[in-house]
Amino acid sequence: MSTLAIVGYYESWWVQILKAIVIFAVGLQLVPVVLIAERKIMGRMQGRYGPNRVGPYGALQPLADILKLLTKEQFRPSTSVGFLFAVAPLVSILTAVAAFAIIPFGNVQHIFGERVGLYGVDVSIGPLYLFAFGAVAFYGIMLGGWSSGSKYSFLGAMRGAAQLISYEVSQGLALVGVIMTSQTLSLTGIVTAQKGMWYIVPQFVGFLIFLTASFAETNRAPFDLTEADAELVGGYNTEYGGGRFASYYFAEYLNVLVVSGIVTTVFLGGWLLPFGIHPPGWVDPIVVLFKMSLITFFFIWVRATLPRLRYDQLMSFGWKVLLPLATLNALVTAILVVVTH
Amino acid sequence: MSDTETPTATLNVTAWSPGDDVIEVQRPPEPGAGRSAWRTFVETARGLKTTFGRIGEGVNTISYPEEKVPVYPRFRGRHKLHRFEDTGLEKCVGCSLCAAACPADCIRVVAAENTPENRVSAGERYAAVYEINLSRCIFCGYCEVACPFDAITMGHDYELSDYDRSDLIFTKEMLLAEPLERTPLRNDGE
Repeated sequence: MSTLAIVGYYESWWVQILKAIVIFAVGLQLVPVVLIAERKIMGRMQGRYGPNRVGPYGALQPLADILKLLTKEQFRPSTSVGFLFAVAPLVSILTAVAAFAIIPFGNVQHIFGERVGLYGVDVSIGPLYLFAFGAVAFYGIMLGGWSSGSKYSFLGAMRGAAQLISYEVSQGLALVGVIMTSQTLSLTGIVTAQKGMWYIVPQFVGFLIFLTASFAETNRAPFDLTEADAELVGGYNTEYGGGRFASYYFAEYLNVLVVSGIVTTVFLGGWLLPFGIHPPGWVDPIVVLFKMSLITFFFIWVRATLPRLRYDQLMSFGWKVLLPLATLNALVTAILVVVTH
Repeated sequence: MSDTETPTATLNVTAWSPGDDVIEVQRPPEPGAGRSAWRTFVETARGLKTTFGRIGEGVNTISYPEEKVPVYPRFRGRHKLHRFEDTGLEKCVGCSLCAAACPADCIRVVAAENTPENRVSAGERYAAVYEINLSRCIFCGYCEVACPFDAITMGHDYELSDYDRSDLIFTKEMLLAEPLERTPLRNDGE
């Protein structure tokens, strides 16, 4: 039996620890940047400034927000289930960080005489790992909403559960086409398989489906029905405040980054540049971050554009449009792969 | 009634032009598979184009404490009491007509006689006490209308918040003093 992916090589323990620290630090620094970028860009799109009081051009606004939230009281409703109420945001943030670990930021480099891959871990089951943590992330929302002991939270959590399950299917099927074409489950393998052509071209339908489903997976507009401020107050995080709310908030934006990273890796050729340009290795993370910022910008752009879907629209779109399309895409890709081989 | 034509039948409805700036209402497409696809992709792209175009259009915000919207000349802000420019005497003669006209009952006037040694106003009497309680004032401008000597007018100041209610009772000296013109005035045609 042939292996689906080659795990690669041995990295010394100190390289792994160093990598973990660097990626964790960089990843967490990116979240405030996304926060301020979202508020500034959405402000401009709506004909206003956005935050412009704290720091130069309001750049320190996320820090002020986080500081404010962290100094607040750890409030908890008397009807809530204490332990789960405290654990749920941690589950959310943990899964987001764990998913961030597999995003490849660059090819294998030679640093200090060691071979270092510019990623947290190159798992041989990349997309499956991603979906596994996506499924666990749903517990963060579900437990948080349920343990709050509040109707709005519970409704938001139930919606979130239904939504995540519905769209995870299409998201997974959209990736099947890519996996069949590249013949590997390793994310670095998928990137190197895109040397000739990025998968956004042959897998354009898959790209669209994956991107659309990602909006639902990250609970972003227009699929932010779990939060739905207009009807559910705040959805699953209605009863949360202070640091716990900050955790949820943080996890949401980290999820956006993770999805941007996955789209970059799977469809936009990761660290590869078009027209056969081969820059030195240290450029790779910059290329990846640039592509990620494009996708993140798209997320913000869509949020400023599209209104929230109704619940039945969300469900019928997920099951009647996206899922058949994703299945068809996988089938056609399968046939093409067999024919061309 | 049998063969008379109704006048509406001959009325030409299209003759009237709504003007160039009137945009026709754009109806959404009818439901259906093809139309849904149209709506999903083309209409979404149109929406995205609209929001993207807004980025370069600048902002409509007026950052209030730093920038202010200019007020119109007839804007009714904080009151002002006036003096004659040549003699420096107060215009107010303490007639209390403003106090009588005030619907909010926020003006208090106590009049006193002018004497040759102490001539304050041009008339027979002057206002020894003139207080306006601005926390009660509704800025209707009736005092201005009631005044026979144009001694009291409505100024342009509207930044009147304070930490203490008693600080909002403006005395005669405060009303006579040159107001801190903190409010830009709108020019003609602006």
